[in-house]
Amino acid sequence: MDVVLEHVGKQFGRVTAVEDVSLTVGEGELVALLGPSGCGKSTTLFLVAGLYRPTSGRILFGGRVANDATPQERGVGMVFQSYALYPHLTVFENIAFPLRVRRTRGTEIAERVRRVADLVGIAELLPRRPGQLSGGQQQRVALCRALVKEPAVLLLDEPLSNLDARLREATRAEIRRLQRELGITTLFVSHDQAEALSVADRVGVMHGGRLIAVMTPADLYEHPPSRFIAEFIGTPPMNFLEARVEDGRLAVTGVAPRPLAHPIPPGTYVLGVRPEHLELAADGDLRAEVFLVEQMGREWLVHAACGDASLRLLTGAGAAVTVGSRVSLRLVWRRAHLFESQSGAAVPFGLADAPR
Amino acid sequence: MGALEAAPAARRRGAVRNVLRGAASPVFFLGPAVLLIAALFLAPAVVTVAISLTNLSVATGLTHYRWIGIGNYGLIAHSPWLVLVLRNTVLYVVATLVLFNVGFALVLAILTAHLSDRAAGVFRVLWMLPRITPSVILAMMWRWFAAEPPYGTVSQVLGLVGIPGHNWMNAHPWAFVVALNGFVGASFGMIIFSSAIAGIPRDQYLAAQVDGASAWQQVWRITLPRLRWPILFVTAYQTLSLLTSFEYILLTTNGGPGFYTTEVWSLYAFHLALSNYFGNTQFGLGAALAAVLVVLGLGASLVYLRVFRFGELVAAPRIEVN
Repeated sequence: MDVVLEHVGKQFGRVTAVEDVSLTVGEGELVALLGPSGCGKSTTLFLVAGLYRPTSGRILFGGRVANDATPQERGVGMVFQSYALYPHLTVFENIAFPLRVRRTRGTEIAERVRRVADLVGIAELLPRRPGQLSGGQQQRVALCRALVKEPAVLLLDEPLSNLDARLREATRAEIRRLQRELGITTLFVSHDQAEALSVADRVGVMHGGRLIAVMTPADLYEHPPSRFIAEFIGTPPMNFLEARVEDGRLAVTGVAPRPLAHPIPPGTYVLGVRPEHLELAADGDLRAEVFLVEQMGREWLVHAACGDASLRLLTGAGAAVTVGSRVSLRLVWRRAHLFESQSGAAVPFGLADAPR
Repeated sequence: MGALEAAPAARRRGAVRNVLRGAASPVFFLGPAVLLIAALFLAPAVVTVAISLTNLSVATGLTHYRWIGIGNYGLIAHSPWLVLVLRNTVLYVVATLVLFNVGFALVLAILTAHLSDRAAGVFRVLWMLPRITPSVILAMMWRWFAAEPPYGTVSQVLGLVGIPGHNWMNAHPWAFVVALNGFVGASFGMIIFSSAIAGIPRDQYLAAQVDGASAWQQVWRITLPRLRWPILFVTAYQTLSLLTSFEYILLTTNGGPGFYTTEVWSLYAFHLALSNYFGNTQFGLGAALAAVLVVLGLGASLVYLRVFRFGELVAAPRIEVN
């Protein structure tokens, strides 16, 4: 089943939590909503779940308006950030809960609980209580409880944020596998970009209650449509340098002005360069002084000061940099991004001497 | 030689000192509580039991009483009123507990949990009013409330629809005794249950809603199972306080109307020991009645612990004490 949001808004009293969100989650697609805390992504998920009612706009499930439909009528399964398992019930009874409340026959309950527990790999945990389980096991139980109803739409609210780093990677792969296998339409909320980018078919970025972009993970990284997204997506984060356009030339702070291939309105801009697109070079574009080297195994993250700006660049392990040394850096112009300094909107650009 | 002989003695003295030092801190910490319990609970209990073994009364005074062994207990066992008073006591405790102190308190707590904080606060304060009203005033209010026409509120209101008025408390003494105690007692359970409900994470209710649970199913399957411990506590605690409390009955029906209609065990003890109709108050017999009441309370508590499987509810202490 596909889920469509049309100009959906939600207000709590005078506070606007979600404003004018339009989004389509296609049949069998996994869409992640990504954003900093308080951006309205969980509220949006609750609106889709039917726990909140939208104050404006329409929500459609399979083409039918579902604004006033209960979660039950929508056929959604949901995993909460806290897992929301019932501590007084065994794992079996937790998973059986959605079936019990709709008075499914006992034999069918036992069969369906066992099937979904096998699918997620927790069959041996069924007699235990949630308090006796690790975080990862609890998370799987919560997933089973969401799946046992065979929902048309699966909703995941920060399902991995309470797991430790290694388990998180394993679990997100597991969620992806299950979602593919079951072909279930899924909306996934996360504040962790690595999680969202790695799991989702498409990622919607939310900011201040608005959905500011919906793109594939690759597009989001390669072609961020705004400075906010460019800054938010990518670890370590993108570097930003002040720039000016004058007389058909792009002048970046600390870098000699370069001629533009196509005219751009003159004014102040911000140039964004990812840490992997700054390279150590004998005759680079700008000079900087190294003040910190973080050795991260496969690669090193070098922090260098260029005038007032602090730059981050990734080098291979064992690069010839030490704290205090002066380095020359080359910009990979083809992979750099230009943003309007006021609106933050991305501006396509190319250099006459470095075609994109 | 002398030095070698002295060594074990010194070691023994050191060992004694270590034991003392080890014992010092428990004594230090437990001492005040043990003293208080001994003075305020143990001593009166011992004195009560001691008095119950005498024929102490106004007639004997403090000088001419005799030790009569378990004579008073024999009197109680063979009293023609024993069954009546016992039945009244069970009716009073069970009805008040089930209908009000636990039942109605649960209803109030669950309903107020669904109100806004402010509305719930106002509502809970209203229910606290009977508890902070002096019992004599409250009892007087209820007596006038139930009085015959033209005074009683109930009679006045029912008179409007043509129902003849009379003294409603005399007509339905048990309804009034239970309701009056229940209106006072319900707020205790309400506060305990409300705070326990507030401790249940909101996500659990949201998850249940997503899974299609109705409001009733949420209460039955999530709220109530998690109130097992508070319900045990309120049941046990209120059973004991109801067993021993008789002031509202004393101030309204005083065991009547008629002969021992609402006479409960503690009121019976009070009447015999301190407020005898004939003026000869029998301290010994009253003390024996009180001692029996303690045994009844203990028995009820043990049954509760069994029924609610108390052992499963107790968690290991968070702070490790050697």
